[in-house]
Amino acid sequence: MTKKQFTGAQMVVKALAALDVKYIFGYPGGTVLDIYDALFQQTEVEHILVRHEQAATHMADGFARATGEVGVVLATSGPGATNCITGIATAYMDSIPMVVLSGQVPSTLIGDDAFQETDIVGCSRPIVKHSFNCRVVEEIPNIIAKAFYIASTGRPGPVVIELPKDLLMPTSMGEFHIETDVKMRSYNPSIKGHHKQIKKAVKAIYEAKKLVVYAGGGIIIANASELLTELVEKLDAPITNTLMGLGGISGTHKNYIGMLGMHGSVEANKTMANADLILALGARFDDRVTNNVKKFCPDAKIIHVDIDPTSISKTINAHIPVVGLLDVVLQQLLDELTATDFKPNKEERANWWQEVNQWREINRVSYVQEGDQIKPQRVIEAMYKITQGEAYVCSDVGQHQMFAAQYYPFAKPRQWINSGGLGTMGFGLPAAMGVKLAFPESHVICITGDGSIQMNIQELSTCLQYNLPVVIISLNNRSLGMVRQWQDMVYGGRHSSSYMESLPDFVKLAESYGHVGMQINHLDELEDKLNEAFTIKNRLVFVDVLVDEKEHVYPMQIRLGAIDDMWIKKGVKA
Amino acid sequence: MRRILAVLLENEPGSLSRIVGLFSQRAFNIESLTVAPTEDQSLSRITIATRGDDKVLEQIVKQVNKLIDVIKITDLTERSHVERELLLIKVLAMNDKSRTEVKRITDIFRGSIVDIGKQVYTIELTGDAEKLNAFVNTLANETEIIESVRSGCVGIARGEKALRL
Ligand SMILES: Cc1ncc(C[n+]2csc(CCOP(=O)(O)OP(=O)(O)O)c2C)c(N)n1
Ligand SMILES: [Mg+2]
Repeated sequence: MTKKQFTGAQMVVKALAALDVKYIFGYPGGTVLDIYDALFQQTEVEHILVRHEQAATHMADGFARATGEVGVVLATSGPGATNCITGIATAYMDSIPMVVLSGQVPSTLIGDDAFQETDIVGCSRPIVKHSFNCRVVEEIPNIIAKAFYIASTGRPGPVVIELPKDLLMPTSMGEFHIETDVKMRSYNPSIKGHHKQIKKAVKAIYEAKKLVVYAGGGIIIANASELLTELVEKLDAPITNTLMGLGGISGTHKNYIGMLGMHGSVEANKTMANADLILALGARFDDRVTNNVKKFCPDAKIIHVDIDPTSISKTINAHIPVVGLLDVVLQQLLDELTATDFKPNKEERANWWQEVNQWREINRVSYVQEGDQIKPQRVIEAMYKITQGEAYVCSDVGQHQMFAAQYYPFAKPRQWINSGGLGTMGFGLPAAMGVKLAFPESHVICITGDGSIQMNIQELSTCLQYNLPVVIISLNNRSLGMVRQWQDMVYGGRHSSSYMESLPDFVKLAESYGHVGMQINHLDELEDKLNEAFTIKNRLVFVDVLVDEKEHVYPMQIRLGAIDDMWIKKGVKA
Repeated sequence: MRRILAVLLENEPGSLSRIVGLFSQRAFNIESLTVAPTEDQSLSRITIATRGDDKVLEQIVKQVNKLIDVIKITDLTERSHVERELLLIKVLAMNDKSRTEVKRITDIFRGSIVDIGKQVYTIELTGDAEKLNAFVNTLANETEIIESVRSGCVGIARGEKALRL
């Protein structure tokens, strides 16, 4: 008896269903019409039609960040595929599990500059974890299974699969086999930290007088927040998070000293600068953290735990490298500390905390609400109050992003969703949509600016189609604020192309897309109106908040300085 | 410092371009790169000659290892190893004097003349990079070089140590 035969397109959809995919984000076109036809004839996988393929990638990305599952994208060959590039790069920089299925012209035409042919595997090569070309129809399901495995294990990342049209059409049929338990001889994401390195790390912890924990996005990815909190409490050490790591420990935890880096808190950067031992967990000593690497924390010994060996000793040399999954290594560290009956030295810790608390008291993440114009920071504080710190906050890129990072203490991991590595304007709205799709009952905020929101504004239409009532809060400063800030500080105040003339009427714009538009112009109406925005259920609300366009983000590291060389306000150094 | 890296990887479409892409993307230097399938046709072996200090080399090794297709990588220059490169060179050999001289130099370097034209000799020589350089320089002093091609080096560890699955 011959087994049932399927087209490649049917196999794609069957494979996705076998991998428990519920949503796929995409946009149709010639080379993938067979997949769309297959999607039409089933109910397991729901397709979300965006208005631009870049948004599909960010939506899948937001979905992945909030749920920890793989985000799946479908795009046609040529322009559909190239429109995905920014979203793939965004996911790559932040280690987000994503699988992008791209159409391709029929195999016989590849290389002929056929209509809508681009070498998407070639184009995306530097920004993917891996990619696949399909050549035989029966291979499709296992390639998809492998792509999911690669995307979601080890250090996660995007995987691109190119599907030539002839393999998808009824002209080539085959049997369907899928091996969801993937094994690959060339890829074994290492799991456990080497026990000798664990011992060394614990020894260094015993010897340290001034220990700081520096935790990044790896904690979030590894779902290791609880272990991190336990470790921090056991060590009684101050802890700082990177921009990607916010929520890795509660923003209101007593040991938490704020975000570090370019716009980090003075206390976080000072604590790092004065530490004798830095326990780096799933963070990568990015240039937006270290400032000048030559001046970076001269007295500190560094323990660096990461799943990706290339992240270790890349920019800053690690004295004790530990390669492994963070949740596993944290458990190993805890076990070793428990086995040796670790107790922090009371006196040494007290001295260290006294120092840290001095910097803490400066409380330099602060602003003054003066004049009639609303300060952007005030909006974030109000937002925090109204949502009781429990909203998903999906950010675009600019000053508003930094204000949100500084003024919304995140209680839990995966609550803060932003493009940290690539800094992609236009990320916020589609990411928020992906989150809302996953968590329809939660408050999902897109915090954005008048510049960023216009980079994927067309998705307001998608929100209407799929009923995705996110709350968009735009800190409208009539300018590309972050660019303007640099121009004020570094370029003699010459505002070259950093202002936004001819802004649309955002209220009417939201309304024309079928949503609720709201403008906030006065300080005294801020809380009431924001409150109202959050009480409107089942409608998307676009809140256009006119804020002070002159406000700068402080603190800010002084360029080329040490990690703790900072401006705390205009002309004042820490 | 010059290093020679041996890489064992899946013989898949695109795996070579990932290695080459990685080197240019991360601004690593490639002096030479050779690739061919191994006796097991599902595997390819690449030898890369590169330059860099310890820190750069550490990154190169880690980054190459991180590629999904790569099974193993080793720095041959860390231990004793055998390194060979093939040179094919075509030189002018117009008269008896230059023919004799070219033949004599070739013999001294243990090369062999593999083809003769009306006015040219084509010579084959294997050895390490230094030997090949010396040979080319000596020939250049005697006669005119028409063209030459080098394979880039291949290498293998001495003794029991091996790069295999
Ligand atoms: C796609 C993209 N283009 C350019 C930039 C550079 N950039 C960073 S912040 C910024 C200004 C953002 O303006 P807006 O969204 O209004 O936010 P604001 O800083 O005013 O809060 C720009 C242009 C970027 N990050 N992403
Ligand atoms: Mg703006």
